[in-house]
Amino acid sequence: MSDQEDEIILSELNDEELVLQMHDDLYDGLAEEITEGVNILLERDWAPYKVLTEALVAGMTIVGHDFRDGILFVPEVLLAANAMKAGMAILKPLLIATGAPRMGKMVIGTVKGDIHDIGKNLVSMMMEGAGFEVVDLGINNAVDSYLDALEAEQADILGMSALLTTTMPYMKVVIDTMIEKGIRDDYTILVGGAPLNEEFGKAIGADSYCRDAAVAVETAKDYMLRKHNQLAAG
Amino acid sequence: MKLSDERLTQDGLAPTDASAKVLILACGALANEILALIRLNGWHHMSLTCLPAILHNTPDRIPDAVRAAVKIHRSDFDQIFLAYADCGTGGQLTALCDELGIEMIKGPHCYSFFEGNDAFAVRAEDEIDVFYLTDFLARGFESFVIKPLGLDRHPELRDMYFGHYTRLIYLAQTDNPDLDRMAEAAAERIGLRYERKFTGFGDLAAALQPLG
Repeated sequence: MSDQEDEIILSELNDEELVLQMHDDLYDGLAEEITEGVNILLERDWAPYKVLTEALVAGMTIVGHDFRDGILFVPEVLLAANAMKAGMAILKPLLIATGAPRMGKMVIGTVKGDIHDIGKNLVSMMMEGAGFEVVDLGINNAVDSYLDALEAEQADILGMSALLTTTMPYMKVVIDTMIEKGIRDDYTILVGGAPLNEEFGKAIGADSYCRDAAVAVETAKDYMLRKHNQLAAG
Repeated sequence: MKLSDERLTQDGLAPTDASAKVLILACGALANEILALIRLNGWHHMSLTCLPAILHNTPDRIPDAVRAAVKIHRSDFDQIFLAYADCGTGGQLTALCDELGIEMIKGPHCYSFFEGNDAFAVRAEDEIDVFYLTDFLARGFESFVIKPLGLDRHPELRDMYFGHYTRLIYLAQTDNPDLDRMAEAAAERIGLRYERKFTGFGDLAAALQPLG
């Protein structure tokens, strides 16, 4: 895909061609081209939310599918994520200013004893891309860090991540504490990380285990829709 | 027996002795250490076969590979022992061993059982920012870490992978100045402070000793 990149002048492409080219550029992790493409679409009076969903999120979804299917590997996904991040940096203030739709609010962090955050960062980025407000607590989070943030931010969703077999049981510590305090059912709890699986998610009392960032987004949307419907019915 | 790290990484190892009673089914990264223990202890009733060590980078694929290998070799040996720790499988290897009725090494990973699981557990909280190497990984740093992470092509990804790490500790199974230099170079390559700690074979010998 990148062989012809020097010959393509983004500003000369029509909207449809440009969006497809941006999908290719995201796939190839070309941050400068993504920045340029975002600016061109904005200059053409595209709404920031439309640029985000049609150019960036749609492109990153292709990356996610090819990662899931073993066609792309971690380095390529990270380069694509960096490119998307460059586009998001331009769009984020505009999205806030233009009142783009908000899906809900998520507090997310890697659990205590664990410093791995690549997967968590991808989830954060894709959740933001999908219209969620994300409060990222970073790495090595103890129970209080999660609970304080959930309360202070009035969040809808708690996301916990772990890469190590030795740290993933800490998710249960967090959930058990929430049960003790009587706040467990106030939040949707999503968990993820390489050594986890669906069985583990169920065993610790999470609402869902999410295999990857794309699944996390779809699961979060689903729970928010259910919550919305319940409120409407109640 | 001189083993090729490249073959242990990509292909694994066929059973070393088809006439033995006990088969050690191991990660390729442990082949040299296990063969040394067999030789030094005169464990002639043991044979070693290895799965590709590169599975280390995709732990979710280890259980299926183990299941397939057990199926292939079960009828040829009286006993099979799995020389893997949990290795990032989130308990799936333990569950598989229970299902297949075989034993495995205790502990979360080889870093832990090389140091000794008890000692490792005590220090684990103070070492959350440590990246570990063993003898095998020190020799294969390029093919295990640098290339799979794309750092040879994209060194700018360094911070995304190692930004939260501060130290690289080389857990040495042997006293080998060449490996020491390689491990130190690896630490420098990814910008981490270097430490070396001699562990020997840790809990590995004790895990294999009762077999057969």
